[in-house]
Amino acid sequence: MLIELTDVRKAFNQGKPNEFWAIQGITTQFEVNRISCLKGASGSGKTTLMSMIGCLSRPTSGRIRLQDRTISSLPERFLTQVRRHTFGFIFQRFNLIPGLSVVENIMLPAYPLGLKASSLRSRAERLLEQFLLVDKASNPVEWLSGGEAQRVAICRALINDPQILIADEPTANLDSRLSREFMVLLDQLSKAGKTVLISSHDPVVFDSPVVDRVVELEDGLMVSGEG
Amino acid sequence: MMLNPAILALLMVSILVSTMLLVAATFAFRILRHWDIQSGSELQLRLERRTYLVSTLLVWAFLFEFLSLLLFIYNAEALSGQFVGAMCATGVLNLNPWGWPTLFLKITLFFVAAIWLLLNYLDNRGYDYPLIRFKYALLLMALPLVGAETILQWLHFTEMEPNLITSCCGTLFSADAQGVSAEVSGIAPANSILALAISGIVVIAAGVWVALRGQSGWLLSITGAAAFVIALVAIISSISLYIYEHPHHHCPFCILKQGHGYVGYFLYIPLFLATALSLGAGFVSPWRRITSLSQTVADVLPVISWLALFFFLQFYLTSAWSIWSSRLTMMEVWW
Amino acid sequence: MITLLRKQRYFIDYTLGTMMRHKGKSLGLLSVYTMIIFMLASVMLFSHAMRSEAVALLADSPEIVVQRIQAGRSVMVPADYLQRIGKLRGVTEKRGRLWGYYYDPAVKANYTVMASEQDQLTINDIVIGEGIGRTRGLSVGDYLTLRSHEGKAFSFRVSRLLESESELISSDLLLMNPQGYRQLFGIDESLYTDLVLSVRNPREIQKIAEKLTRLLPDSRPILRSEILRTYESLFSWRQGVMLILLLGSVLAFVIFAWDKASGLSAEERKEIGILKAVGWETGEVMRMKFWEGVIISLMAFLIGYLAAYLHVFYTSAGLFEPVLKGWSVLYPSFQLTPSVDGLQLATLFFFTVLPYTLATIVPVWRTSITDPDLVMR
Repeated sequence: MLIELTDVRKAFNQGKPNEFWAIQGITTQFEVNRISCLKGASGSGKTTLMSMIGCLSRPTSGRIRLQDRTISSLPERFLTQVRRHTFGFIFQRFNLIPGLSVVENIMLPAYPLGLKASSLRSRAERLLEQFLLVDKASNPVEWLSGGEAQRVAICRALINDPQILIADEPTANLDSRLSREFMVLLDQLSKAGKTVLISSHDPVVFDSPVVDRVVELEDGLMVSGEG
Repeated sequence: MMLNPAILALLMVSILVSTMLLVAATFAFRILRHWDIQSGSELQLRLERRTYLVSTLLVWAFLFEFLSLLLFIYNAEALSGQFVGAMCATGVLNLNPWGWPTLFLKITLFFVAAIWLLLNYLDNRGYDYPLIRFKYALLLMALPLVGAETILQWLHFTEMEPNLITSCCGTLFSADAQGVSAEVSGIAPANSILALAISGIVVIAAGVWVALRGQSGWLLSITGAAAFVIALVAIISSISLYIYEHPHHHCPFCILKQGHGYVGYFLYIPLFLATALSLGAGFVSPWRRITSLSQTVADVLPVISWLALFFFLQFYLTSAWSIWSSRLTMMEVWW
Repeated sequence: MITLLRKQRYFIDYTLGTMMRHKGKSLGLLSVYTMIIFMLASVMLFSHAMRSEAVALLADSPEIVVQRIQAGRSVMVPADYLQRIGKLRGVTEKRGRLWGYYYDPAVKANYTVMASEQDQLTINDIVIGEGIGRTRGLSVGDYLTLRSHEGKAFSFRVSRLLESESELISSDLLLMNPQGYRQLFGIDESLYTDLVLSVRNPREIQKIAEKLTRLLPDSRPILRSEILRTYESLFSWRQGVMLILLLGSVLAFVIFAWDKASGLSAEERKEIGILKAVGWETGEVMRMKFWEGVIISLMAFLIGYLAAYLHVFYTSAGLFEPVLKGWSVLYPSFQLTPSVDGLQLATLFFFTVLPYTLATIVPVWRTSITDPDLVMR
């Protein structure tokens, strides 16, 4: 067991008339070295849950444990430290920074670690090679096609060699061929030892044979997919 | 009222710093009342975010406070040309009853600020912010000091009249006068140098011990504070004599002048830094019993101690050098 | 420790890149910031230089000047006062001086005219400062005609031009033979403008001044140290007044900087969101922004101060010369002696960098606490 959630809840606008509980008590576990998919309509709480698991935000109540560590009560400063060594993120709209080159975008998550410039560089180059982007390395990211941008986003997620990959609606901006290719890439990463967590309402993703487990969310509650 | 740019800058800085501390203090109350690290409520998240703002504000406020101490002394030196009877900063500080208290408050604030910044550094490395209540309570105690400093400095500068006649170091720091400064000046140079040497050996021994063992920082604090006082006494009673090459000139400020190669800054800056770090060591080491801080304390305490020793050593070497290179020989005083 | 330094280097790299990508915004801020520093630094450098000039001017002057006061106005001193002073302990030299002003309608300016004995001028010779030489187009050997008190024209031959490191002192000076001086202005042999006393030991000056007022009850001794003090406070007071006037523009700049720092475009906000999402921490984003402030401040400070230095010492503070100087009009192209002072630099820093830093803390913090999961929503 890698990630353990115990009665996790998350509220927004607490104490105001528009108070809203996005997650209303979820208890589950996510296993190492599997590809799990959170499925549900938009507004079902997928993204909120993912962001709490990925240490991007803290639950209002409940407990999240990552391996043996309780992360749900860590302040942001330490949450971030845990996050950047453990998680790699792939976002829906790629979220690359325009104006920076491909390789600069990839190295971005590693800057706060203060690595030696040469080792950082060689890490980035290895990833570029692996994802067939070597000849684009110094291009600005605006020049990339959708598929290339997606691969750059994957490289960026992998630069700090995280154990867990989190992908939020990764195929929303890709056509079905690229989406299938993406799932193949995820499969390779999983085989290489990564744990993968995807949120999606795209059948190409949750019906894909590479996904080990599908968890379905509705209105902030789990409706199916007990591990 | 003297209207010169440095005075304007000092007044502006002190008002800004008090305002910043006032903002921080209102936040400190909220922290003391509502802080609950276990909670994930939006109030707690807001408080946590605000700590970034407040601690940044305070880092700057204390940095400016430190610079303003330097500017205050430098400015007092520069102003001495404008008053009858003033030869150096002493004369300017003597102009009205507010000069000396302002200086002493600024020095106290410097030490308080250094300790607070060290605690802040430490706290930000404990994953549950274990010192947060303590450090903001400490801040609330520092607030009156800052307020008092602002008011005293304001009085000091506004009550400065160009036609005031003042008395300078020759009268204040003289063995024949009365008061603490006179008694300090009257101490035999041989005794004060001996005390300086002993306190130096003790503080360095204590520092090495604390640095190697990684605990009992209070030892360094106490010896450091004692070494600080003895060092100031030694500067007034004997080191200054060697720098001025004059057997009766005891002023602690004239050594800041260009004519003496600004040697005073090389004495005071390391001494103050060393003392601040030693005091900090005492405030850092008790927290090694807290789980989330024990590693940080183990890492930081030796660094603080070595740094303190480095600056103390620099101070002692500079003093020894000024005595060594002086042409003043005090035969009849020594033997 | 090395990791920490490398981290800062990455932040600096990144922030430099960001500034280059938003050139317009950075340049706008930089130019306003530079302008503010330029103005403040010009005022400070200029008045500081003026003060140094005044101090240099007084350096060679005698320790005590004795004037005679009659009915509250200063009048000529009878020569026998020198005898009445007699021998005072500590006074190494005493003599009478003859000096005054001459208004030259041709250039609408006042010359400072002094009788000089050291130069051993003949009755027809004069020595003039460069300012006079320049405005009247005179060089050595030319003649300058002055109208005497009776309306007669006297012609004097220029035997030498005064050279001085500090032109402000000598620019309008005209030296002549004492005899010539008395004839030109119609001054009796038995009168001097004032008396000067040289005293070697500065500690005795006060005492000697007291004795003088007892010996010559209608005299007013003026001490050099007093003049120096007056100059000091006069110039720092002037600086203070100028600064208070300029404080308004500093305030305007602070509001401008606040506005620039808080008015982030959607694009910039998203950029910060991405940084937070990929693993930058609030403190690190603030650190990165802090370096941006340092770079901007450093550049503005360097450029602004350098420009002010050139402005004051190479173009003679052309922009506000008329406001600050207000001396005789004979100084169209004088050069100030360059001098830089640590106190001044520190003060300038407090007046510019500090307000800028304070103005950006809150906006920077607001930017930095952008939710890391913002980009997922």
